[in-house]
Amino acid sequence: MRYQLIGLNHKSAPLQIREKLAIPESRLPDTCRELTAYPGIEEGMVISTCNRVEVVTHTVNGSADLRGFLHDHFHLTPQELDAHLYEFREKDAVRHIFRVAASLDSMVVGEAQILGQVKEAYATARAVGAVRGQLDQLFSRAFAVAKRVRTETAVGSSSVSIASVAVELAKKIFGTLQGKNVFIVGAGKMSELAARHLMAHGCASIFVANRTYERAIGLAQKFNGQAIKFEDLYSTCDRADIVITSTGAPHAIFRREHGEQFLARRKNRPMFFIDIAVPRDVSPDMAKLDGIFAYDIDDLQQAVTSHVADRRKEAERAEQIIASEVEKFEARAHTLDVVPTIVSLQDHLETIRQAEIDRVRGRMGQLTPEQEIAVEALTRGIINKVMHTPITTLKTAAKESEATTVVDVVRRLFNLQVKAKDGAAEAAAKKDEVGIRH
Amino acid sequence: MSLLWLRFALGCYFIGLIYAFVALSRTSDLFARIALHAASLGMVFHFVSLVEVFVSGQFVWASVHNGESLLAFISMCFFMIIYAIYQTTSPGVVVFPVVFFLTFVAAVDQQPVLLTAFVQRRGWLIAHIILIFTGYAALVLSFGASLLYLLQERRLKSKKPTSLISFLPALEVIDQIGYRSLLLGFPFMTLGLLTGSVVALTTYGRVDFLDPKILLSVLMWAVYMVMVFTRWNSGWRGRRAAILASFAFVAALAAWAANYFSTIHRFVS
Repeated sequence: MRYQLIGLNHKSAPLQIREKLAIPESRLPDTCRELTAYPGIEEGMVISTCNRVEVVTHTVNGSADLRGFLHDHFHLTPQELDAHLYEFREKDAVRHIFRVAASLDSMVVGEAQILGQVKEAYATARAVGAVRGQLDQLFSRAFAVAKRVRTETAVGSSSVSIASVAVELAKKIFGTLQGKNVFIVGAGKMSELAARHLMAHGCASIFVANRTYERAIGLAQKFNGQAIKFEDLYSTCDRADIVITSTGAPHAIFRREHGEQFLARRKNRPMFFIDIAVPRDVSPDMAKLDGIFAYDIDDLQQAVTSHVADRRKEAERAEQIIASEVEKFEARAHTLDVVPTIVSLQDHLETIRQAEIDRVRGRMGQLTPEQEIAVEALTRGIINKVMHTPITTLKTAAKESEATTVVDVVRRLFNLQVKAKDGAAEAAAKKDEVGIRH
Repeated sequence: MSLLWLRFALGCYFIGLIYAFVALSRTSDLFARIALHAASLGMVFHFVSLVEVFVSGQFVWASVHNGESLLAFISMCFFMIIYAIYQTTSPGVVVFPVVFFLTFVAAVDQQPVLLTAFVQRRGWLIAHIILIFTGYAALVLSFGASLLYLLQERRLKSKKPTSLISFLPALEVIDQIGYRSLLLGFPFMTLGLLTGSVVALTTYGRVDFLDPKILLSVLMWAVYMVMVFTRWNSGWRGRRAAILASFAFVAALAAWAANYFSTIHRFVS
């Protein structure tokens, strides 16, 4: 758990600073290589998006000069940069990565893009060998946590733009948007965006009517749709299931009598009016008709606001999930820390046992098979009993913060070298005379 | 023994009944899943109960309680078919209470109550009962769908932000469920009434059109037909369709209640 992270994001740094630190995708592999070559860093990776730049590392001894790396790499002075940086270590670094991957640290909480970006950064660093065991564990867990947050909370489910709320409402009315027709009345930026969203969700065709016919033609061409003359609006409008209206008319252009006509011609199939004009294009009178669903800009805005509030509530639940996952990760990391020590302790004692048996066998002469078995059982029993307490203590300590201390003590007492199994055996052989004699 | 199975089924349907009430106020996917599983289990018990009565030879086709049990089972079948097609449990809001009530009265007391008149054409009678009950179940469902349609329409019209998160499926999906049950139920109801007339004709030699049972049945059928026609011809849905559906539903209840004072279609102990 010698993780160390440094970075800045949309909350800590203004755009002009973030711009200076942004790393283009093509240069990411080189940056990762440079990072791992930096003193004190074992593994490292860089996440660079328009809202954040983060340098995540696993250090050799728990502390590396990551600020120095940033200054060197981006040729920036500490005065320019340091005030915008945040730095996390160990558990806090793990929590931060989990939060970033789960999109809780994003500008729009719950947006799905960030997870993909983190995954790409991870793949890039992995390809150049900058990510190995430790960061590998951290990020595989982070992706799993992000997935858990996504499935167990609704943090990513509700949409937040007016256009996407309009799509959701349309789905609540029509179920599927496949084969539905859209009518744009008054070509504007907002209605174009809403139409784009609707088309992306499967709407079949688009009609455009505008006071200036040429503009209608222009917009219709963009969507492969059909331009309608403004005077034909009322006679063709019933062909559409969804009407997006945003004219600059000073009074409502859709009144009750129009609504009644449309419904009669449509055999009462419902119509959805998205009225983003101010003043409104759809009269309240018409909106009351059965089968006419009209949402004005305020209604849509209200839905957007409530979605944001919902997300905040869900985000709190997500934070709880993250907190418990960080604990789990920490506990697991510690358990992993003690495993090599336990293994080498076992190896160490086994070597002593074997050596002692060989030594004593010379003195006792040939043993009968029964005697062999008895000696084997006796020595093994002693070793197991002696090892029982230290191993239990190690395992218990692994779950607590004192793990490192206990591991250190055990290693020193038995002079264990846990890097590799062979190393441990070698060490054990050397310390033969210190073996336990009975 | 069959009564015991039926009571097990009743217990399962009870969970569905609670779901029906809860679902009206809040959305819970977990509860919907529990209710669905409970209902499926209930249907298994129910089926065993029906089979057992049938195999034991005690199945009296024209007994009130067996009829109620059968109607409840057919309604549940409809519910499950809709779930399979549309993946929604919301029709349960109407179906579960109706099914629970029917199963309840059937499970409390199973005295065989027989049709008074001696019926000559047993096959026709069985066809009459199954057809009519399928028609009834479809009617219950389309009535339920029209209520849900109203509810969803009101939610969408109220423009409260909560209208986006609701247990109800999309308006057009509800509409389709209602319309399809209506279309499916109509031929069953019509054929059911025709087979009933054949049974009555062969038993009594004539049909007394002034008998309350026949009068109300014809009325129910007429309302049913008006519903299908207005829907097909001018796409009536929403409030107007709901009013018609409630009318048909009341007519159906009245036609059922007529069993108690009809001279030709009466059950006595």
